[in-house]
Amino acid sequence: MSQVFRPDGQVVPVTLLKAGPCMVVQRKTPATDGYDAVQLGLVEFVKPQRLNKPRTGHLKKANVDGAKFLRELPLRPGDDDLKPGDRVLVDQFRPRDKVDVVGVSKGRGFAGLVKRHHFRGGAATHGSMFHRAPGSIGASSFPSRVLPGMRMAGRMGHAQVTVRNLEVIDVDLEDNVLVVKGAVPGPNGGYVVVRRAKAPGR
Amino acid sequence: MNNALLTKFVNKNKRTDVPEFRPGDTVRVHVKIREGDKERLQAFEGTVIARNNTGMGESITVRKISFGHGVERIFPLHARVIDHIDVVRTGRVRRAKLYYLRALRGKAARLRERD
Repeated sequence: MSQVFRPDGQVVPVTLLKAGPCMVVQRKTPATDGYDAVQLGLVEFVKPQRLNKPRTGHLKKANVDGAKFLRELPLRPGDDDLKPGDRVLVDQFRPRDKVDVVGVSKGRGFAGLVKRHHFRGGAATHGSMFHRAPGSIGASSFPSRVLPGMRMAGRMGHAQVTVRNLEVIDVDLEDNVLVVKGAVPGPNGGYVVVRRAKAPGR
Repeated sequence: MNNALLTKFVNKNKRTDVPEFRPGDTVRVHVKIREGDKERLQAFEGTVIARNNTGMGESITVRKISFGHGVERIFPLHARVIDHIDVVRTGRVRRAKLYYLRALRGKAARLRERD
C-alpha cells in the first residue's frame, strides 16, 4: 500500500492494482452454456510448461499468449458484447468510480479466539491465570451439549473476501494500473477480481 | 519499494521541491496553518535526527530546544501542509538516527559542520 495527498491536504491510503491487460478467453452464451458471461484472463508471462495441455488449447482458441488467472464474469443486458480475443483494459474505470474487489484473504492458520473472534482475553499479569482461553462454552446438565454456532478456535483466513465500494483514485492507462482507496484482501502480489460496484453507496 | 509500478506511482505523486538534506542538518520547516479561513506560515527550525520510511510515507523528525525543553516534531515529507523546507546548516554525523542527541544538551549536543 501507499498513500496520496488530496489537494486539501487529506491523506488517502491507496492500493495499486495491476489490472490488465485482460483478454476475453471464452464467451458463454445462453445457447451453448445456458447463461451470459465472459471468461477473462489476466495476460502475463507464463512459462509454457506451467500450463497443461487443456489450458494451452483453451487459451489458443482465443489467441491469448499466457494467462494464469482466469475468472468468469456475468454479462448483463446492455453491456458491450465481447468476443474471444477482445482486450479489456483499465479504461473501463475512471477516477471517482466505485469498485468491488474480490480476493482470497491471507491465511492465519489455526487461530485462537482472541484473534479469530475478537474475544477480549484475560489480564496478562497481576496474578491472572486466565490469558487467552475461551472461558465457559455453555451450561452443565442442561442442555448437556454445546449449542451450535459456538465461536471457537480454528482455521482463520484464506477465504474469499469482497471489499465493496472502494473509490478509484487514479488510473494509469499506460501500465494498466488501478489505484483504489483502501486495502484489498490477500497478500502482496495476490490475484483479485475488480468489478464495478454492485451496490454503490448513496 | 522495489516494485517498478509502485516506484512510478511514487515518482508521479511525490513532491519534487524537497531540498537535499541528511540527518544532522539543521532545517527550517514552514508549515501552513489555517486559522478560520486565513492561512499563515509557521516555521519550525531544528536538527533532523531521523528520516523514516520511503515512498509516499517518508517523514523526518526535527528536534529543537525550546525554552529549555527538547521539542520534536515529525513531518510527513510529501504532505501538502508543508509549504517549503530551508536547509539552514549542515552537520557531520556518523549514524542515520541521532536519538543519542536526546540525552545531550548545550555544548555536548553541538554538531560539526559538514565540509
